[in-house]
Amino acid sequence: MARAVTTQHKTIATVAAWIVALLIFFPILYTIITSFKSEQEAIQGFNLIPSGTFESYTEVQAQSGYFKFFFNSVLLSVGSTILALLVAIPAAWSMAFSPTKRTKDILMWMLSTKMMPAVAVLFPIYLIFRNFGLLDSRVGLMVMLMLINLPIVVWMLYTYFREIPGEILEAARMDGASLWNEIVYVLTPMAVPGIASTMLLNIILAWNEAFWTIRLTTTDAAPLTAFISSFSSPQGLFWAKLSAASTLAIAPILIMGWFSQKQLVRGLTFGAVK
Amino acid sequence: MATQQTRSLARFMMAPSVVLLLVWMVVPLALTLWFSFQQYNPLNPIRDGFVGFSNYALFYSNPAFLQSILNTLTLVISVLLITVIGGILLALLIDQPMWGQGIVRILVISPFFVMPPVAALVWKNMIMHPQYGVFADIARFFGGQPIDWFGQHPMTAIIIIVAWQWLPFATLILLTALQSLDGEQKEAAEMDGAGFISRFIYLTLPHMSRAITVVILIQTIFLLSVYAEILVTTNGGPGYASTNLPFLVYQKALLEFKIGQASAGGIIAVILANIVAFFAMRAVGKNLDK
Repeated sequence: MARAVTTQHKTIATVAAWIVALLIFFPILYTIITSFKSEQEAIQGFNLIPSGTFESYTEVQAQSGYFKFFFNSVLLSVGSTILALLVAIPAAWSMAFSPTKRTKDILMWMLSTKMMPAVAVLFPIYLIFRNFGLLDSRVGLMVMLMLINLPIVVWMLYTYFREIPGEILEAARMDGASLWNEIVYVLTPMAVPGIASTMLLNIILAWNEAFWTIRLTTTDAAPLTAFISSFSSPQGLFWAKLSAASTLAIAPILIMGWFSQKQLVRGLTFGAVK
Repeated sequence: MATQQTRSLARFMMAPSVVLLLVWMVVPLALTLWFSFQQYNPLNPIRDGFVGFSNYALFYSNPAFLQSILNTLTLVISVLLITVIGGILLALLIDQPMWGQGIVRILVISPFFVMPPVAALVWKNMIMHPQYGVFADIARFFGGQPIDWFGQHPMTAIIIIVAWQWLPFATLILLTALQSLDGEQKEAAEMDGAGFISRFIYLTLPHMSRAITVVILIQTIFLLSVYAEILVTTNGGPGYASTNLPFLVYQKALLEFKIGQASAGGIIAVILANIVAFFAMRAVGKNLDK
């Protein structure tokens, strides 16, 4: 009997898994539902069917200029990711294709910088940012996000690049390809999928980073993490608006995340689980 | 064959990353270390100067310190237990043949992509609010008294929120590991008459052990520095009931401007993280040799 799956077994598994999955997803689902309620409806007890009004969305924008924060989030996450890639691609490339005895140590050391708790350097960074006029500046925060994700980017690119067979490069070299040609015509096409995956994961991480983005910004450079945190005061009835703001804040990254499950596993485990 | 030329090229290509990370690691940390031996208060600079270890002594004698260490460890250990055990069970469940597996996966992984402030606020207001939350609705439905989660059980509430955020991560990693298990091995074990439990203990669990290690280590790094969830829910309170080490350092540094003490706390956080990092590096490093 080679693992014949009975219909009964499959039905039970399906029902159980769907119940658990829906329970886990429920807070997100309920937030989306509540975002289409009026403020009155939102606090009238449990109710899964909203009246379908968009007023919370328009109000969030009208009252707080929501899209400024959204724009900052996009700018910071994409900008810091591009910066990180520019710095990391050459490093990962050279470590993958001309490894030395010290390559492994360097990689491990890079990873170790990721383990430094952010609070340990909160004040020095705050001071440096203040002295250079970088507090609440997009450029400063972009560099910051680039730095905290750089080890992951290097690592992830390294694990992808390492899978590109070195023989192909040597063959190209034997055929007289210059370094430039080698990079443009041989390496890049093979490296693009890895770079894209790395980019995706890094955008997600940067979008959701919620320590530096909150502490180093006030208004101008504040992304969605800081904007949402400002909702934490308990005064007033704002359930529907909070839900609308939350839905907008998580929707883009949620959808990106669904497409990057595999890369996520790989990137966050530094290639240890594939 | 690495020639002298390619070697120096390689070094040149690595330089930006290495230099950036070196500066990023050394400069702020050196400053923190320096401040931790200083009396430094931007609001009251008259008494500034070198004070030896007294910041550490002050931080240590602060009753909040012990509480914050305790809270940090409680948070890390509880969330690890919930997510690892829950993650194994969930991965086993999702790995079964079923209808709509792809959608189940997507639903389960979703909380991981929710930014921490949103996760915390949604739970605080929509789920756990003592008046309008879903938990309160459920309690009232069964004739019970709604619980004031953040007033009475702040740590439990934060643990639930953080576990909700990290359970998907554990599940996804463990599921990936589970799916790479050789089907033939499973079949062979089954043919030899191994039941579900013994197959799990002798085959599945050893196969997942590396993934479990990785999950524990990576989560520990992030869990040691939980911040936004506390900021938007309890603000560390009531009292210091839900203050962890990062939150205490933040309070000392940016709210009380006791920079020396905050720095001493920061250095303690570094030491704590290093103990964890030591094990993390060894586990990840082993994988490199493969």
